[in-house]
Amino acid sequence: MKDNIEGRKLVDQMDVKFETRDVQVFYGETHAIKDVSVDILDKTVTSFIGPSGCGKSTFLRALNRMNDTIPGCRVEGSLTLDGEDIYDPKVDPVQLRAKVGMVFQKPNPFPKSIYDNIAYGPRIHGLARNKAELDEIVEMSLRRGALWDEVKDRLQEPGTGLSGGQQQRLCIARSVATAPEVLLMDEPCSALDPIATAQVEELIDELKQNFSVVIVTHSMQQAARVSQKTAFFHLGYLVEYGDTDTIFTNPTDPRTESYITGRIG
Amino acid sequence: MTTGTLALIVLAIAVVGFILGRQRALSLVSGDSRKLHSRPGYYGQVVLLFTAVPALLLMLAWLFLQPIVVENRVSATIPDGVVPEGGSRSLVMSDVRRIADGLDALMSAGRFSEDDLTDMRADFVDVRTRLGEVGVALGSDVQPPVFEAAKLYRDNTSTGRALMTGAVLLVALGLLVWSFTRISPAQRARNASESFVKALLLGASTVAVLTTVGIVASLLLETFNFFKMYPARDFFFSTTWNPQFRGGSDLGIIPLLWGTLYVSLVALLVAVPIGLMIAIYLSEYAGKRVRGFAKPAIEVLAGIPTIVYGLFALITVGPFLRDWLAQPLGLGNSSSSVLTAGLVMGIMLIPFVSSLSDDIINAVPQAMRDGSYALGATQSETVKQVILPAALPGVVGAILLAASRAIGETMIVVMGAGAAARLGLNPLEAMTTVTVKIVSQLTGDTEFASPETLVAFALGLTLFVFTLGLNVLALYIVRKYREQYE
Amino acid sequence: MTDMPHSNGADGIARDSHGGKSLLAVDARTRKRNASEARFRLLGKIAVAIGVLALVGLLASILSSGLSSFRQTYIDIEVYLDPAKLDKEGNRDRAQISKVSTFGYKPLIEQGFMEAIEKSGVSLDGISEKEVAEMLSKEAPAQVRNFVLADVERIGQTAPFEVLAGGRIDGYFKGRVTMESAERDRNVSPAQLELADRLREAGVVKVRFNWDFFTAPDASDTRPEAAGLGVAIIGSAYMMLIVLVLSLPLGVAASIYLEEFAPQNRFTDLIEVNISNLAAVPSIVFGILGLAIFINFAGLPQSAPVVGGLVLTLMTLPTIIIATRASLKSVPPSIREAALGVGASKMQTVFHHVLPLAMPGILTGTIIGLAQALGETAPLLLIGMVAFVREYPAGPPEGFFDPAAALPVQVYNWTQRGDPAFVERASGAIIVLLVFLVVMNIAAILLRRRFERRW
Repeated sequence: MKDNIEGRKLVDQMDVKFETRDVQVFYGETHAIKDVSVDILDKTVTSFIGPSGCGKSTFLRALNRMNDTIPGCRVEGSLTLDGEDIYDPKVDPVQLRAKVGMVFQKPNPFPKSIYDNIAYGPRIHGLARNKAELDEIVEMSLRRGALWDEVKDRLQEPGTGLSGGQQQRLCIARSVATAPEVLLMDEPCSALDPIATAQVEELIDELKQNFSVVIVTHSMQQAARVSQKTAFFHLGYLVEYGDTDTIFTNPTDPRTESYITGRIG
Repeated sequence: MTTGTLALIVLAIAVVGFILGRQRALSLVSGDSRKLHSRPGYYGQVVLLFTAVPALLLMLAWLFLQPIVVENRVSATIPDGVVPEGGSRSLVMSDVRRIADGLDALMSAGRFSEDDLTDMRADFVDVRTRLGEVGVALGSDVQPPVFEAAKLYRDNTSTGRALMTGAVLLVALGLLVWSFTRISPAQRARNASESFVKALLLGASTVAVLTTVGIVASLLLETFNFFKMYPARDFFFSTTWNPQFRGGSDLGIIPLLWGTLYVSLVALLVAVPIGLMIAIYLSEYAGKRVRGFAKPAIEVLAGIPTIVYGLFALITVGPFLRDWLAQPLGLGNSSSSVLTAGLVMGIMLIPFVSSLSDDIINAVPQAMRDGSYALGATQSETVKQVILPAALPGVVGAILLAASRAIGETMIVVMGAGAAARLGLNPLEAMTTVTVKIVSQLTGDTEFASPETLVAFALGLTLFVFTLGLNVLALYIVRKYREQYE
Repeated sequence: MTDMPHSNGADGIARDSHGGKSLLAVDARTRKRNASEARFRLLGKIAVAIGVLALVGLLASILSSGLSSFRQTYIDIEVYLDPAKLDKEGNRDRAQISKVSTFGYKPLIEQGFMEAIEKSGVSLDGISEKEVAEMLSKEAPAQVRNFVLADVERIGQTAPFEVLAGGRIDGYFKGRVTMESAERDRNVSPAQLELADRLREAGVVKVRFNWDFFTAPDASDTRPEAAGLGVAIIGSAYMMLIVLVLSLPLGVAASIYLEEFAPQNRFTDLIEVNISNLAAVPSIVFGILGLAIFINFAGLPQSAPVVGGLVLTLMTLPTIIIATRASLKSVPPSIREAALGVGASKMQTVFHHVLPLAMPGILTGTIIGLAQALGETAPLLLIGMVAFVREYPAGPPEGFFDPAAALPVQVYNWTQRGDPAFVERASGAIIVLLVFLVVMNIAAILLRRRFERRW
């Protein structure tokens, strides 16, 4: 089985999931993202790093059109998912977001039971034909979120009663439940303690078997630990993009080097 | 001397005290204010406060207590024989007061002097006519003991006033001298003055407590009197409301409560869905322009006095419902009805519900919305399945507050619901409410002796307990809700 | 790895449902969901529309029935102030003349009216003299009598008067009374209305702005055309004065104590709970309090602005306290620390720094509280403000104890009268009340704008 996965991974490595060209994002008058072109691969963890306010979160939110909810926000350029322009007027963001899930900085479980938190997405998208299927999806998602063993006996308890790390894994499991193809994570560990962080990182590593994962992080160690590809953003520009190892050991741009060595940040 | 003049004199003395105190402090250190513990003004302030505040408080207390004392003393002199059959001592006492007032009026009109009054006897002089001349109308001829009581009442009152003037001035001047002699450079004048002011601030904030005590005490006392005349069991459980002028009234609260709850229910059925949808639309959907126009418009509705809504019910909504709904359906032909009052009250409550719900919906963290959108939920799915469930306790609290408003609302039901106490289901018929009956039993001539009047206090107490209960519950729920997201 | 079959299976379900499908094609389920979204949005729009329409309807209904009360029908006549009728002794003694009641003036006015009609050349076909006389307001003799009593030397002269036309004639020009309704009305006949039309063309009868509406006192059931708001406006003004003078200092003092000095203890909690509950006590209960405590217990007079003012003060206090505390809270702690840091006492800090900075907010809250108090009706009904008062109260402070009406109560009062002309008056009074409220609220908004400070 292991070989099988390894083999698939090698083939899929070549798949480009997201292709973005000359992307610009404006907040009213502010030009937040400038000329960003990047290819995000399937079944790979890509990390976005850079100093605060460099636009990495903004760019991440452009990938599933979460920016639509912010008044005055405009996106230009081409962003394609599997070759389809996600800003095409024919695209319903609702369908897009089912394909491109997102996990936020602070765990945000709904004030519902653990079960209902997970079942929310499948219910609205009609992924289960009956209760048994829904149960199955919930269990599968919680297993993927590495939370099943901890909560299987208390699925009806409120999700807000879990610890911070558990809540974040619940949110990841919740995103997984809608069977997305890409998972966007916006600093998913910044509100967690080191032990919870380690658990989530481990989880991310497992998730890449099935999904393309994009993670925004402040921690360069985390980027180095979990990702295969790294993009460095600075002042709204994508400065450098490449294999994580290369970026951290042998960056081509002096700005990247400064950041990595701690001179800017 | 009127109380107003007396108060002004006390204040004038206090101002003089301020000036004297300040000067004395300065002269003690021969003008070098650095040697004083506090700034010179504070020495003046201490004198001012000590002069004015106790004296004015004494005056207030005196004004409050004197009528009670005088009343009791005079009332004791009236023989039982004078109290008419079926009437009460308090009725006689109110005659006594009016005669006394009338005598004052006669006196100030210069019709006769104090000496004339001492000789005047009710058996020989037609007191009623003479009082009529100065505009004091009496229901019947004055009996001699009552007239004597009125004279005693006047005497006691004026003696009391004179004593009060003396006592107040004495206190003011005494404390002025006392605080003046205490002035020394080392005196901590600022601390003294500040403690005094702090006590005053505390006093001001107890007004709220005193108001509640006043409300509860007056309601309880008169309700107690009511239940002495009318059995509590009948009040709470009788289904008939039929007050009679000559006694033998049926004063059951049930039809009134039914009307109140029915009208409130209609109002909530109008206000809650509309108010909630407005709040949702304005906070989740509306663009800047719509919000900029609709929000103030809704808020204007909240600022309109209820009498305006009452008039709206009376001249527009009532006739409209009668002509277009009640009569064609054959369900009644009264323009005041449960539906009229309920509909208009519902409109009144829309802004109340919507602004409370708006606060509550906005208290749901944005992260919750983001989480839902990121899963591919539409806005309405997010509202219905995430925001509303999250806001539910708050919304329930808001509905309870609105219900308490509806139950206590008066003018709209007075002008829109009608006056007929009725236990029915037809919303196009006139029914009446607790507040309507409080108004009708207490307006006009109120003599505090009959159960027909006193029942208003029992109704008021019921209303108070109801609304207070709803409010306490609602505030508790809302507070719990807010703590959840803080 | 034991869960792999599961995940594969579930993955399968997911891929079946939408995975791999094109984003550009909207699937059936999404279409359905979007339709439900549109329905929900429409519901929201409807709700907002109902709210706005309710406001529009409310205002339109009040304006349409009330605006006409600002115009009034008058009749221009000249009255010969006959000494033989008004001053039989001929010595111009005011006390003597004041004994002549309005009945003595009535024939003089009727005569003057007939002369005016004659002079204008309007024919009196088909109408009796009695009917013509009935077109005058019952208030007209009082108008002339007041004029004479103001200056007795005018007796013997002929003076021009602008007397009120009867309520029905006035109603005819405002569209309230029609020829059809006049057929069924005991108080007016179509012939009178036709004559009124002719007289208006001839310029004897005219409709002009109704200043008296703002100054005249209330009038009895049979003469709605003379009813005005004078006493009510004075009564309301007195009450607002009392509310302002009492509730502002009390409210500010209480807020300062609670916000700046109150220790955390039971008593403070008690006060806090009390204030928040008082804000929600039905206004009518305050009326009961006023009746029981201020009138029955303390012996203050009924219908007096002082009692109304006290009751409204107690009602307004929670509003002002809540606004003031919010305003005090918004002054940043750094200001307090700065003042304390240079050695000011807590009291000095509050009175020298915090309070002045919070003042705009406090005043805004006070104005809004006053506006609420101005429109409050129910408690005033219970303390006797509903009485029929024609005498203007004296100037303050004695006037605080005189009987008076209040604007909102006057509205209620008029709606209880039989003549439909009073509905017009009531709506007109509402318009006056609303204008006052609008002015107060605009003042509050301007104050907030002018002094709003962002920290």
